Amino acid sequence: MMAETMKLEIFRYRPEKESEPTFQTYEVPFLEDWVVLDAINHIKDEIDGTLSYRWSCRMGVCGSCGMMINGVPKLSCAAFLKDYYPDKILVEPLTGFPVERDLVIVMDDFMTKLTDMQPYIIRKEGEEKPLEEGEYLQSPAELARFKQYSMCINCMLCYAACPVYALDSTFIGPAAIALGQRYNMDSRDQGRDARQELIASHNGIWECTFVGECSAVCPEHVDPAAAIQRAKVSSTVDWFKDVLIPWGKKK
Amino acid sequence: MAGIGGVEMAKSNEPIWWSLFSAGGMVAAMVFPILIIITGILVPFGLAGDDPLNFERIHSAVSHPLIKLTLFAVISLPLFHWAHRFRFTLVDVGLKSVSTLISILCYGGAIVGTIVSVVILWNI
Repeated sequence: MMAETMKLEIFRYRPEKESEPTFQTYEVPFLEDWVVLDAINHIKDEIDGTLSYRWSCRMGVCGSCGMMINGVPKLSCAAFLKDYYPDKILVEPLTGFPVERDLVIVMDDFMTKLTDMQPYIIRKEGEEKPLEEGEYLQSPAELARFKQYSMCINCMLCYAACPVYALDSTFIGPAAIALGQRYNMDSRDQGRDARQELIASHNGIWECTFVGECSAVCPEHVDPAAAIQRAKVSSTVDWFKDVLIPWGKKK
Repeated sequence: MAGIGGVEMAKSNEPIWWSLFSAGGMVAAMVFPILIIITGILVPFGLAGDDPLNFERIHSAVSHPLIKLTLFAVISLPLFHWAHRFRFTLVDVGLKSVSTLISILCYGGAIVGTIVSVVILWNI
């Protein structure tokens, strides 16, 4: 009996030779334990070495191999061929981003937003503990407040799923806000004010219309939609404090 | 430091609209089902006693300040809920270029509805 095969229709764009993207169909062996990334690696190694895509860990940790698989943003290392067999699988670059080449997107926009969010522990001037005093201790309850948001692997599937980001890329977007919120809710952090100008700006949380697709596609169950809604509540409290007790404003 | 790539970002007045939107959503979710059960099911099917919509009875109930306040919240807040949701719906279907006008019409509509409901409730 012939070995079973399966077809992958893959988005191609090679800017040096074509002005418009095209699609190319490849036939790959169908193996029960193969994921889409295995099939694409097979194409790269055995069929067509010109195909470009990002990948690294093959196990849902690095966040590099996000692609649109049949129109849904997924990590290609976590999308099993057997879930689509025997139908053809359509593979495209993450939607909402410019395409660099084939399945490789330009991620500069996300990287800028991520760094501007300052997703690291910030201590107020003069409140940094000297090293010899040891670490900042945290109770399990304090850890539980933000742990979920710290699971983000920056795979950008949430941006590809977000209709608001697709319409207007000035929106800061799910992952960056969720990571800001992750540090805001960390008992060791004092940087909320520094992040708030970005989070509470018009292009921050207020662009979000709570569609919730970011949380639906997140491979790490970060739930960015919940992070954004919680940030809306706390920013609204800030706003009313500012308006009702303007003299209570910190410098 | 604020802004994306060094671009300053405007401080937002969204919290006022968003808080009215959320309050309206809360009212719609918690109170509307009860009102629908009472006015849409119990009363028309005769399960709410004899002549429940008798004018004198309803009028005296609605004249009570607490009921007026409740009615005000139940009418006004969901209008703001609608305004906010409808504004974003229109922007999302591609009318971003006229978003200021949309905001004025949506929230303006909710404010007009609120004023009308105040006037009516006041005069009962």
